[in-house]
Amino acid sequence: MEAVKCDGLIKNFGKDGRKVSAINRVSFSVSRNEVFGIVGPNGSGKSTLIRILSTLLIPDAGSASVFGHDVVREYGKVRRVINRVSVDAAFFKGISAWENLRYAARLYGMAKGDAKIRSLEILAKLGFAEKRMYEPLEDLSRGMQQKVAIARAFFTAPMLLLLDEPTTGLDPRSKLDVQDYIREAMQREKDDLTIILTTHDMNEAEALCDRVAIIIDGRFVALGSPSELLAEYNKSALEEVFLDVTGREWKEIEDEV
Amino acid sequence: MRYRSQTYGSIAFIERNFALVRRYIGWEAVFVSYNVVNALAIGLIGARMGKDMIVYLVVGAMVWGFLSILFHEISESIAWERWEGTIEYTFMAPISRFIHLIGNCLWAVVYGVIRSSLILAIVVLFFGISIKGANLPGLFVILIVSGLSFVGLGLVAAVLPLLSTEKGAYATHILEAALLLVSGVYYEIEVLPVWIRPLSYVSPATYTLRAMRAALLDGAGFDELMPIILLLLVTGLLLVPLGMLIFSKAEYYAKKKGKLKRSG
Repeated sequence: MEAVKCDGLIKNFGKDGRKVSAINRVSFSVSRNEVFGIVGPNGSGKSTLIRILSTLLIPDAGSASVFGHDVVREYGKVRRVINRVSVDAAFFKGISAWENLRYAARLYGMAKGDAKIRSLEILAKLGFAEKRMYEPLEDLSRGMQQKVAIARAFFTAPMLLLLDEPTTGLDPRSKLDVQDYIREAMQREKDDLTIILTTHDMNEAEALCDRVAIIIDGRFVALGSPSELLAEYNKSALEEVFLDVTGREWKEIEDEV
Repeated sequence: MRYRSQTYGSIAFIERNFALVRRYIGWEAVFVSYNVVNALAIGLIGARMGKDMIVYLVVGAMVWGFLSILFHEISESIAWERWEGTIEYTFMAPISRFIHLIGNCLWAVVYGVIRSSLILAIVVLFFGISIKGANLPGLFVILIVSGLSFVGLGLVAAVLPLLSTEKGAYATHILEAALLLVSGVYYEIEVLPVWIRPLSYVSPATYTLRAMRAALLDGAGFDELMPIILLLLVTGLLLVPLGMLIFSKAEYYAKKKGKLKRSG
């Protein structure tokens, strides 16, 4: 069974009295245990797609399913097997990392003791010192907050992890820590974990993803493994493939972030 | 696993809100002090009119304090999640919306009872109010059944910040203020203009205050209080599911229109 299947997905928003197409007839599937990357500029529809798969947004047309469960009709079943990291680490900033993680653990039916062991384990691998777990999140750097967000998503052992620009805005060290952890988790939990990763970093997509889709204006304009895309467009880097299919330099996109 | 998940889910909100109160304990002290001074100042207005008037006014201040905590805590819990951006995480968690909202309501009741009891103790000591002859079990029952109605109203009000973080918070305060005006908190509703009074008759707070004053000032027994207790109970039993239903419809609308994200 495919981990994710989207068929003819459409999502429009109304803005200032006009219709804005966020997702425009997107169809794709993600195999179990695959790391599927979605790259595109700001406003191209990456986060909208992640929100639909997270059961937080209802598509206007088409269908999306996670491990065979429709994200609209069977959202309860979908929620039991997914978790998500978003670009902005959303937390109750006044309370500590541990209090936030404990809250998340309760929501996912985890016992407090198990949650603590698991989160300490993950955070240690991400280079996060235990003593900082008890400081208010507002006192931690953005990189450290994002590591807590990564721990929050991983410690519930989801079957599908939706990583929405998890490394955007991180310092190079934190970025490497997060990328290493994702790589390690895929090796460790090979039978149980599927990842959809949206990113602005072409190198990250190339290094972590089995397949990559390029999304522009809500449409997938290219899809394949990094090596397939390079071969198909006869290029040596994904950035060049991006230029070829969109007519835009990847540098322009990075500058927008 | 599913049962355990739901049980832990309801604890999550109590534990989280307690952590937030502890974190902002300085503000808690400020709010409690303000509420105490407010209740004392209102009680002092009636000082020259005798003890009964003081009790009449203090009951108004206390009951309104409790009911507004319930109302406010429930709607505020959604507003706070919108401000912090955590609402998407809570909404995508594998717990039912019923458990989510009940968890917040349970917290509101526990928090409201503790805060109101603290203020009541200070007010009773300050004015030397005697509660001999008052129907205390009756007071407790009235508080609980009227709490149900305000939980229901809180759930309806929580829809507003769900759909619009800032404007929703404005509207919630307006709704709360309207209840304060029409419910006879510090005066009999008969002094209100005739055209406002229909609103007084549909406000559960009107009946709560009437019953609380009868139990405290007149020592009214359960037989006398029963019609109001039943009325409040039925209102609560209707308002809570209605609040849940309206909230679930609003959640669907928010998910359709993309209003759950932080900037939404």
